Amino acid sequence: MTQTSRLAGILAAGHFAVTAECGPPQGADPGPVEEHAAHLAGVVDSVNVTDNQTAVVRLSSMASAVILSRLGLEPVLQMVTRDRNRIALQSDLLGAAALGIRNVLCLTGDHQSFGNQKSALGVFDLDSIQLLYAARTMSEGRLLDGTELSASPEYFLGAAANPFADPVEFRVIRLAKKIDAGARFIQTQCIYNRSRFEEWIKRAREEGLTEKAYILGGITPLKSARMAQYMKDKVAGMDVPDEVIDRIKGVPAKEQAKEGIRMAVETIEWLRGLEGMAGVHIMAIGWESKVPEIVRAAGLSPRPSLA
Amino acid sequence: MIVADKKPLAEVLASIGKAGRVLVIGCDTCVAECAAGGRKEVALTASALRIALEKEGRRVEVREACLDRQCVNEFLPEAAEDMAWAERIVSLGCGAGVQALARFYPESDVVPGLNTQFIGTTVQPGVWVEECSGCGDCKLAFFGAVCPVTRCSKRLLNGPCGGSKGGKCEVSPEVDCAWQLIYDRLAALGLLARLREFVPPADWSASHSGRPRTIIREDRRI
Repeated sequence: MTQTSRLAGILAAGHFAVTAECGPPQGADPGPVEEHAAHLAGVVDSVNVTDNQTAVVRLSSMASAVILSRLGLEPVLQMVTRDRNRIALQSDLLGAAALGIRNVLCLTGDHQSFGNQKSALGVFDLDSIQLLYAARTMSEGRLLDGTELSASPEYFLGAAANPFADPVEFRVIRLAKKIDAGARFIQTQCIYNRSRFEEWIKRAREEGLTEKAYILGGITPLKSARMAQYMKDKVAGMDVPDEVIDRIKGVPAKEQAKEGIRMAVETIEWLRGLEGMAGVHIMAIGWESKVPEIVRAAGLSPRPSLA
Repeated sequence: MIVADKKPLAEVLASIGKAGRVLVIGCDTCVAECAAGGRKEVALTASALRIALEKEGRRVEVREACLDRQCVNEFLPEAAEDMAWAERIVSLGCGAGVQALARFYPESDVVPGLNTQFIGTTVQPGVWVEECSGCGDCKLAFFGAVCPVTRCSKRLLNGPCGGSKGGKCEVSPEVDCAWQLIYDRLAALGLLARLREFVPPADWSASHSGRPRTIIREDRRI
């Protein structure tokens, strides 16, 4: 089990980090997690494990993270506040630390109405920023109420950021609050609208935030023009400009997947040249097998080793 | 006010069961304002029941009544005669009204005719919006008099989430994003700097989550 965060080490050493995402299966078979692991081993620095993403019940992120660890991959444990109150969240944070999990991404989570348990009670006892604060407080030896812990956990804490949501002016304020609360790395929403992203990172730089936390840009390769249109119209918080849709529409259907990967690689190259960026987070939803190809094509292979 | 809406007629009919004498009793305060359980709605509900029951070939007598406030004991004796007469009482009061009426008349079989929804306001004719969760620890002073506990789908105190788009909530285009409203309001008041402050976890022990709440005011007790 990892005792220090590899991701933290890579970022501290100034390498352009590469993380990917693993969505656990809707069943009790660990096979799909092992399959993701086989695709991603040696290809990326760490692997995010989603926590009942889009409010759909899946194999728990904690269990999946342990499976990845056993296979030699470093997990980033995603934790949402939608399903657990502060008693359960703090307990799970302790459990994660005891299992050797160091990277924790603190999220509020998609609303339960998007998932397959629409009648569920949304807990939302804490929000993502309060969860970061709780984890940081715990690493200082205390629970939220001040109770002293018998042993302090150690975390490399992360948060998400969506530069494309409204109100625009609030986006950097919220980033600053997340960093203040304890986030050391940030993984952003999928980037398709470059000008809006550039504006956001510029403001973050001006506020000194890129000095305080590592920003990893979100990448999701588009499989087809249909997927691009779906993301634009149906996925909450997504910003897919028309020129992106036009470009992928402009190639024959059977070439669109290739074009989508080319566009993802170009975005990664563009991000590498952007001041204040520390890495990329590749969310190849249902397309994990393409991650090695993307990382190689972007010139980010092989991953550096930390002696 | 307490905002409620009518239960489907079929559900009310089912809850009447085999009763031959039915009283529909409204409340002329909150549920009258939201056009769910006032005098007018009592008349409408009673007529609808009569027509439906007649269609089923049943001889059921339906009476109508309306109290000024079903949730306050001093208004309840007025209905004594009707309550004693009826075999089943359909209350068009809110959940508190139904319970107060049933407690005051322990021999009466009271069933609800409304689904009580929320504490809210009439924002325009025919549109009611939830505004308060009765959390027991009012935070409105901090948020420019827009309640994130109630009006944000995720109850975010350090919001908004990544799903706020064009002033609307990701959950439904009919729902305003509370955080857009908070942002606009604080901007108008010149208080935007406040949004940079960390809001610590809420104390839900003052809310319903703590326990069913009771307020005792010694100065008002007899």
